[in-house]
Amino acid sequence: MTANAFLQYCLTGISIGGIYALIAIGYTMVYGILRLINFAHGDIFMMAAYFMIFSMVNFTLPWYVSIIIVIGATIVLGVVIEKLAYKPLRSAPRMSIMISAIGVSYFLQNVATYLFSALPKPYPTIGFLTKTITIGGISTSVVTFITPILTLGFVFILMQLINHTKIGMAMRAVSKDFETSQLMGIKINRVISFTFVIGCFLAAIGSILFFTPRPSVYPLAGSLPGLKCFIAAVFGGIGSIPGAVLGGFIIGLSETFIKAAGYSEFSDVFTFILLIVILLIKPTGLFGEKITEKV
Amino acid sequence: MTEKKKTQLNILFSVIALLVCAGILYYVNHYTKPTFMLRTVLQLGAIYALVAVSMNLLNGFTGLFSLGQAGFMAVGAYAFAIFTIPAKSRPGVYYLYGVADWLSNLQVPIWAGLVLAGLVAAILAAIIGAPVLRLKSDYFAIATLGFAEIVRIIVGSSPMNRITNGSLGLKMIPKFPNFYFPFVVVGICILIISLLIRSSYGRAFKAIREDEIAAEAMGINLAKHKQLSFIISSFFAGIGGALMGMYLGAITSSTFNIPLTYNILLIVVIGGMGSVTGSILSSFLVIAAREWWLRFLDMETFIGGFKVPLLKSGFRMVVFSIILMLVVLFFRRGIMGMREFNWNFILKRLGKKKNAGGEGCE
Repeated sequence: MTANAFLQYCLTGISIGGIYALIAIGYTMVYGILRLINFAHGDIFMMAAYFMIFSMVNFTLPWYVSIIIVIGATIVLGVVIEKLAYKPLRSAPRMSIMISAIGVSYFLQNVATYLFSALPKPYPTIGFLTKTITIGGISTSVVTFITPILTLGFVFILMQLINHTKIGMAMRAVSKDFETSQLMGIKINRVISFTFVIGCFLAAIGSILFFTPRPSVYPLAGSLPGLKCFIAAVFGGIGSIPGAVLGGFIIGLSETFIKAAGYSEFSDVFTFILLIVILLIKPTGLFGEKITEKV
Repeated sequence: MTEKKKTQLNILFSVIALLVCAGILYYVNHYTKPTFMLRTVLQLGAIYALVAVSMNLLNGFTGLFSLGQAGFMAVGAYAFAIFTIPAKSRPGVYYLYGVADWLSNLQVPIWAGLVLAGLVAAILAAIIGAPVLRLKSDYFAIATLGFAEIVRIIVGSSPMNRITNGSLGLKMIPKFPNFYFPFVVVGICILIISLLIRSSYGRAFKAIREDEIAAEAMGINLAKHKQLSFIISSFFAGIGGALMGMYLGAITSSTFNIPLTYNILLIVVIGGMGSVTGSILSSFLVIAAREWWLRFLDMETFIGGFKVPLLKSGFRMVVFSIILMLVVLFFRRGIMGMREFNWNFILKRLGKKKNAGGEGCE
């Protein structure tokens, strides 16, 4: 492998890793607060892609309007799902709420198949994102280049939000102890909705960045990336945002290099093996907090 | 009514119900057209019933939330296909990659193939169970889900070409020798599972489900029992997968994808986590609804020149998933909850009516 090719793969890996990181944040934040694996998150990500097709192809809106519509619609979708499917089960056993999340995922996939048919649909091209640029001998599209920058920017803003604002403090409190924070006068439902807003916002951005260099969208397009991002979140320690970002980058990079080495069939196998290994060696992930079990 | 009499009546009614079921099967077999929907529904329903009960053993009775069922079904189905595809049709099946030498003349009878399918799945469960079972609730779920995906990718990958035929999948899998075959196999398997649940092992499983720490304090060996439950569940999932292969006649690795596990989970949830009869009832209901009763939702229908809105391909699954969400949200216990079906409830109802009519039932 030449140095140039190596750098090229690094860039691709970091780019895909950045997208995984954006989606993994959605998983990790919801898990941190609700202790729920939001199985529907990958499908929200898929729906965001269809929203884009809808607004750019069916309504022929310009891309800058479409991006705003996509973000808005995805956030509304996420919050509605939370209100309808997760809120009624707040006091139910954890298994029920997980089943509800699986049900939502199943529902979204079927709705997408119904509305948009199971055939892959071409994703609209956003002019300036698909331009090719050449930096120091590596030629790549703009989207590959700006993805990691955007990711790190959003993560920085998010960390500021969580560490230095009132709602951020409330979120930290709720994730530490659900009931006590309620007693302290934190409006739990508002905090949870806000978590979903952030998660879906990042999923919408991730969806635009993920599908732009890819040819098409189909109703099951969200389930595998969704699972990988969840693995990224687990790898970094679920509940921890820097962990999710690091996990995303590691999975993106390793996947790209495995593909480059000619084992593209096994790149997903590797990801899942990574998950099982990390769960066995360090179940709380790289940055996860240790949970002590009380009798 | 005394307890003894109640039990006797229960057994009597169950025997009658079984005979009625057998009668229905006989009728369907002899007096309906081979294309009749009910045949499909009954056979597929029976296969799903077995897989759902095996998942329920793990999820409902032992409290281990596993999402790996499709993986074990894939292993079972592939093992069965590899051992039972007739030796003379093998060159046709493996026309592209050729068949591995040790496989080319291997062929075992169907019953042996079924047992082998179960055993291979169980051995695999034993291997991965030891590490994975140490994980707690959601981590266990996600690890088993990941495992199922690994299995699916590996059986469909190119290094396995000469064994599993890679991405082309296997075909010419022996069909059911007769109409009753799946019902007999499923019946025997479910009977074994229910006997297991009623044994001391079954009570240990339930104790683990209720409270792991308390169960351990009562002297139940957690690791051993969890492992046992996992292996037995996988054994029957493997047999279920083999039956699915026989039913379909051809399998590829994408037959056993994640939505299959979700389907089975939903059957278990609708039937009630922790109820064998619930799982059986709900698998027939769900399959009948999905394959038969709700079919009309997929057709564009005109009533008096008026196009009925919404109906088009795919609407059936939307309605189906809405029903499912309603069950999950508002009828969390499913059809049976944790109880098993018995006739006392119906007898009581009848008794009341009779009493009202002036006849005592004592």
